[in-house]
Amino acid sequence: MTGTALLVATAFLASAVEMVEALTIVLAVGLTRGWRTALIGMAAAGAALAIVILALGPSLVRWVPLRGLQIVVGTLLLIFGLQWLRKAILRASDLKAIHDEAAIFAREIEQLAADAAYGTGSMDWNGFVVSFKGVFLEGLEVAFIVLTFGANAGRFGPSIAGAVAAVVLVAGVGLLVHRPLSRVPENTIKFTVGVALTTFGTFWGGEGVGVDWSLGDVTLLLLAGFYAAAAFGLVAWLKATSASRSMATPEGSAA
Amino acid sequence: MKWISTFGRFWYDFVVGDSVVLAIGGCAVIVIGALLVWAGANAFTQLALPVIVVATLAASLRWPR
Repeated sequence: MTGTALLVATAFLASAVEMVEALTIVLAVGLTRGWRTALIGMAAAGAALAIVILALGPSLVRWVPLRGLQIVVGTLLLIFGLQWLRKAILRASDLKAIHDEAAIFAREIEQLAADAAYGTGSMDWNGFVVSFKGVFLEGLEVAFIVLTFGANAGRFGPSIAGAVAAVVLVAGVGLLVHRPLSRVPENTIKFTVGVALTTFGTFWGGEGVGVDWSLGDVTLLLLAGFYAAAAFGLVAWLKATSASRSMATPEGSAA
Repeated sequence: MKWISTFGRFWYDFVVGDSVVLAIGGCAVIVIGALLVWAGANAFTQLALPVIVVATLAASLRWPR
């Protein structure tokens, strides 16, 4: 039960973050190059992602031994989770700029408006490629999470449910507001997803190499708590060290 | 040829991303876990793995690439 709830929540949050980024690109294409082009690009990317999931999903479960899958997937999830967590920690410590959807939207609009449209009939291939690439690349990470979570858990239902709920929610809000979702607390979500992916990566990777977790699924909660506490500690450490460094460097004496 | 390099770069960015330290550290965590289990230290491995994971994360913050 604990594991299933965490699976759904992680798939939902990870998908929501990626879909907010994809929505920003689709909106920029729609407003500058026309909605038909933006929506066709988005639909084509969605179809390509569905093919990837349908082609790889069942074969992963059928052909790859569970232990091997756990080692590979656990390692990849661990690396992905740590990457998300690292970015979130750097942003929370003011050492990296916060992901600004409004600024990205403005930049995309400017770039797309500057590019001359080319294509045949009413199809603008430049806009199509931007929309397709945006949705496909952002969606690929979601597809990876859905696939690996589903394959490891032996059922794809919970992770697909979480991802679909996020896509429907973000697309619905996007349809209503027609603007990039800049008020989504993206760094907080990235932080949470980073902790969750690192937790599952450690758990499954460990199981793959033969670790017998004494507390079963409860270990997931303990790992998540430990990683969250450690991440908060690292934010405090980075803030303290950057503050002491700026105090040690008097103004105007830049190296 | 260009297609191969683009394909390779895509996968490098997808897996390694911003930090080589995390890519190497993530693999090292699993290898160390396997060695500890092989040595019969299951209980110790359960405590050691999360600590090594956090140490890897801290190292990646210290060395940006």
